[in-house]
Amino acid sequence: MVEWLAGLYGGTDAAWFFSIITWILVIVAPLLVGVAFAVYADRKIWAAMQLRRGPNVVGPFGLLQSFADGLKLFIKETIVPAGANKGIFILAPMLTFVLALIGWAVIPWGEGAVLADINVGIFYIFAISSLGVYGIIMAGWASNSRYAFLGGLRSAAQMVSYEVSMGFVLVTVISYAGSPSLSELVHMQSGGIWNWNFLWFFPMFVIFLISAMAETNRPPFDLPEAEAELVAGYQVEYSSMAFALFWLGEYGNILLMCALSSVLFFGGWYAPIPALDFIPGPLWMIAKICFFFFIFAWVKATVPRYRYDQLMRLGWKVFLPVSLAAVVFYTGWGVAFGYIGK
Amino acid sequence: METFLLDYLPILIFLGVAIAFSVVFVGAAWFLAEQHPDSEKVSAYESGFEAFTDSRGQFDVRFYLVAILFIIFDLEVAFLFPWAVSLGDLGMFGWWSMMIFLGVLTIGFVYEWKKGALEWE
Repeated sequence: MVEWLAGLYGGTDAAWFFSIITWILVIVAPLLVGVAFAVYADRKIWAAMQLRRGPNVVGPFGLLQSFADGLKLFIKETIVPAGANKGIFILAPMLTFVLALIGWAVIPWGEGAVLADINVGIFYIFAISSLGVYGIIMAGWASNSRYAFLGGLRSAAQMVSYEVSMGFVLVTVISYAGSPSLSELVHMQSGGIWNWNFLWFFPMFVIFLISAMAETNRPPFDLPEAEAELVAGYQVEYSSMAFALFWLGEYGNILLMCALSSVLFFGGWYAPIPALDFIPGPLWMIAKICFFFFIFAWVKATVPRYRYDQLMRLGWKVFLPVSLAAVVFYTGWGVAFGYIGK
Repeated sequence: METFLLDYLPILIFLGVAIAFSVVFVGAAWFLAEQHPDSEKVSAYESGFEAFTDSRGQFDVRFYLVAILFIIFDLEVAFLFPWAVSLGDLGMFGWWSMMIFLGVLTIGFVYEWKKGALEWE
């Protein structure tokens, strides 16, 4: 893909550089627009499940609501609290936003249609999503506000707790793929829906999806910003674009987790039945991301928020032992019966 | 440059583009919007009260405990990644070796569970 673009620009090193930039913008621009519509879809789905209308004033069916919100935030004053560490305070939302974007560098959209086809793609995403905790803890610390501080602490503990079981899920899946490359993980699931990983790794799929919700601070795990107790958690002192970057970062991360779920468990760019493979891969990826996002919104609308001790109990006393046992079981089964290493 | 590192160059460029985006967003809002800070506006939000003390006081020691446990188990996961990739070549011997390692860690996990390190009341 990059080679093709570079050829279009003339085939030199500068051409290569510009083709990379083009490719990056091809990812980032739809992503930012996609985030705006994801926020709208989230509110609309949520409203529909509660028999409300949801946003319906700005634009046809309220479609432009997120853009109106963005514009409003853009012209608001950027308030930096007097007691805050000003540099870290501004840096925190930027870090969150940057990390939510660069995770997309390794997501494969089709055969060879990936910006950076590194051979340790899954490890890269795992590392990037681990770094996400820094943005939140920096915001919580730098705000010098009690709500933000407590929200940041809670969020940090929550994110690291669920990352462990997520890691075990990834280990199980890549042991069967024999490679941590995301393209290889998709290749392993070729040939229709009955080859997709979610069937054979169903317990891991469920653990991964729930951990992804906890990792991205989605309801029912939105403890860091539990508005009844912490107002808005680590974001409480933020306004204007700094707040919007947190927002974009949060939804960017949710969509990234949806994309990762489809790559790991739902066959990536492959069609559910081979006869439908004439439809381009990127469209399948987008359809699957939308499907997972709908599940995220559905859970948000129907499940009440967890209490903090329940949250930690689920992470450490249920998911950790179960996913560890699953690693032992799946790898043992695969080695003993020759499924691993063919 | 080695081709192996060349694979990572797009990510570096992506990082640059992402940083540029975030700087433009925050910077443009900073310069375009009117800034009228006053002492009420820039005080910490505390539901209308004056803040009694600095917010960075004591907090629950269990957060430290979670961080320590996380380091142990995340290192374990980091060990498991290369093992999982090469498990096809290692075979049964490699699998049993890792099971001994996991067994030792499980003993530690059971110990901290019994000690109540995972309790949040």
